[in-house]
Amino acid sequence: MSFEPKIVAFLCNWCAYAGADLAGTSRLQYPANIVPIRVMCSGRVDPEFILEAFRKGADGVFIGGCHPGDCHYVSGNYKARKRVEMMKKLLKEMGINPRRLRLEWVSATEGQKFADVVSQFVEEIKELGPSPWREKK
Amino acid sequence: MARRIGVFVCHCGINIAGTVDVERVARELEKQPGVVFATTYQYMCSDPGQNLIKQKIEEENLDAVVVAACSPAMHEETFRGVCREYFNEYRCEMANIREQCSWVHDGEEATEKAIKIVKATVEKLRDNEDLMPILVPVEKKCLIIGGGIAGIQAALDIADAGYKVILVEKEPSIGGRMAQLSETFPTLDCSQCILTPKMVAVARHPNIKLLTYSEVLEISGFVGNFHVKILKKPRYVDEDACTVCGDCEEVCPVIVANEFEMERKPRKAIYIPFPQAVPSTYTLDREACLGLAPLTCSQCKEVCEANAIDYDMQPKIIEEDVGAIIVATGYDLYDKNKLVEYGYGEDDDIITSLEFERMLSASGPTGGKIIKPSTGKEPKKVVFIQCAGSRDKQHMPYCSSICCMYTAKHALLYKHHVPDGEAYIFYIDIRATGKGYEEFIERVMEEERINYIRGKVAKIYRDGDKIVVCGVDTLTGRKVEVQADLVVLAMAIVGKEEAVKIAKKLKVAVDDGNFFKESHPKLKPVEALTRGIYFAGCAQAPKDIPSAVAQASAAASKVLSIFSKDKLEKDPLIAVVDEEHCSACGICVSVCPYGAMMKMENGKARCIEALCEGCGTCAAACPSSNIEMRNYKDEQIVKMVEVVI
Ligand code: FES
Repeated sequence: MSFEPKIVAFLCNWCAYAGADLAGTSRLQYPANIVPIRVMCSGRVDPEFILEAFRKGADGVFIGGCHPGDCHYVSGNYKARKRVEMMKKLLKEMGINPRRLRLEWVSATEGQKFADVVSQFVEEIKELGPSPWREKK
Repeated sequence: MARRIGVFVCHCGINIAGTVDVERVARELEKQPGVVFATTYQYMCSDPGQNLIKQKIEEENLDAVVVAACSPAMHEETFRGVCREYFNEYRCEMANIREQCSWVHDGEEATEKAIKIVKATVEKLRDNEDLMPILVPVEKKCLIIGGGIAGIQAALDIADAGYKVILVEKEPSIGGRMAQLSETFPTLDCSQCILTPKMVAVARHPNIKLLTYSEVLEISGFVGNFHVKILKKPRYVDEDACTVCGDCEEVCPVIVANEFEMERKPRKAIYIPFPQAVPSTYTLDREACLGLAPLTCSQCKEVCEANAIDYDMQPKIIEEDVGAIIVATGYDLYDKNKLVEYGYGEDDDIITSLEFERMLSASGPTGGKIIKPSTGKEPKKVVFIQCAGSRDKQHMPYCSSICCMYTAKHALLYKHHVPDGEAYIFYIDIRATGKGYEEFIERVMEEERINYIRGKVAKIYRDGDKIVVCGVDTLTGRKVEVQADLVVLAMAIVGKEEAVKIAKKLKVAVDDGNFFKESHPKLKPVEALTRGIYFAGCAQAPKDIPSAVAQASAAASKVLSIFSKDKLEKDPLIAVVDEEHCSACGICVSVCPYGAMMKMENGKARCIEALCEGCGTCAAACPSSNIEMRNYKDEQIVKMVEVVI
């Protein structure tokens, strides 16, 4: 059987989640490997959530936020960006390919972009194969 | 904590059930700990659907409900409303299995994913707290930024309803673009004549505080409780003392271009932008003035009998608390120098639509005479070019909405002024969608015998005394070349450059045309994404006067609905600090974009309820995990993560 990655997506309420809704309204198909969790802002994504996801056996973690300058809470997405950079380094040290963590800006009007980046991310994770932490679980 | 959860899975006709096996979702969820009941229904949002939920809450003694249906953006309010009759509304959550599942996936995997989404929602719901909305007082005063027709209308509506308005205008007078127009389409009534009474009404209204020659410096706070700082620039003339006798203007030795006249007419350093200006007062332009000092030149001060001129006037910072804000900053024309590929740059006889408006105005640079600027003679051939910079991928991709109409008006007025003249209009399409607009265009085309040429202009160049306009008439396929005396460009409309700065201060967004972004393009065209901020007029998108006025009244009614209550309900989903365990590091204080985290005397943090917007940045940043977001607790999210994997 082919490898079907498990991916958690943290989507900010105001942009990325709304963008994902628009992808739905526009009936744009994308792989079902990605399961959304709505958070108020990408800045809410605690590094602990990311680690926890990998610990529980996720093959990838996706974070969707508003474009720079557009965060509903002014600057949460900048904080998210910093944290993601930091987490990528940490993950690398822990033996997880940093490409398994992806941050994308998706506005409420970018349904197509949401479908595109998510499909792409799923493809990428498929290439990377199962997370090395899966067995540990 | 919920112990008897009911799960209601909606078919949404075939929208969900056509893809997701809803029965299986219900059966799977029944196995979930804490779930005591699960069922499906055709349309959960319909009356019978809502009644089904009520009935089951009673029969099954449920203490919490998950509705698996569409996006919470659609119906969260509906279902929370249903549950409110029985328990706290936070005991109701929606699982989005339509927009983010059935509509985007197929087959078995859609059902699998739906199950995960609903399970995760159950996990979250299980630990939701009962919360009541936070009540915050409302300052029943409105700030309006921009004193054009939209700002004026909104100010009058709110003030007439009995509430205070602070109207801030950057220029020395209110009136905006409408004050510059000659006659208005399609009825051809004089713009000034219908606007002036409204301007005067603003000046006279006891509920309106008019701050002209002023700019908004800072805005903080939130709906009901904004705090604004406004800079009132010194005009060096006492507004109340000035009698507008004009003596100062006469003696002033400095001549510069008048912005109001699109720089086609001079003014003095001390000036009144136009005769009907409100407030009716002179303004001394510091940049142009010789020195603001008796030593260099003080002629204006010497002749002023009213003693209204004060060289020592200082900028003033005015602070105000307001409950709501309306942004009505208006528009500018796209810079014609950017249209170099057509040869539109600097040429005296190629003018913009607003310059032509001023030319048509009796009080304008030419006293209402249409002239060819380079010679001062009457132009016998005029070419009007529509969509100059609009509907153009290289420039502004959108339609500027009003150019078809005012160009027709321009051509008509030209023919009335110069009956033996010829007018040509180059257009892409004619868009005349307002009331009486199509009839107006017909009239112009037929009665006035204007030459409408369908096609874009390819090139413009000067040939001696003439401006040669070349294009192709796409209806006949023939090349057209007109030797024009005057060319009028219907320039694209863009949002004000300052809009970008104001948007930053308001924490709202503008688009590529500098237009403010509304909360929803169809259902919330007046509201910003941030509560308590509204848009009116061309600040939001190009529009004609009736639409600007209508939107202004709409914005005013939104503000009035906020002011109709003494307290506003605020989302209680905010941060809470575990003060006992707080290590007093202060990180949350520094990351909070709202200044809602307060450092207490012992160094520990406390969240100020009224200021917190609930973004959760502090919770994610707290190194000791001592900040929790209400109903978005770390624990809840971690559990959700667990079940979705
Ligand atoms: S609200 Fe979308 S990133 Fe902050």
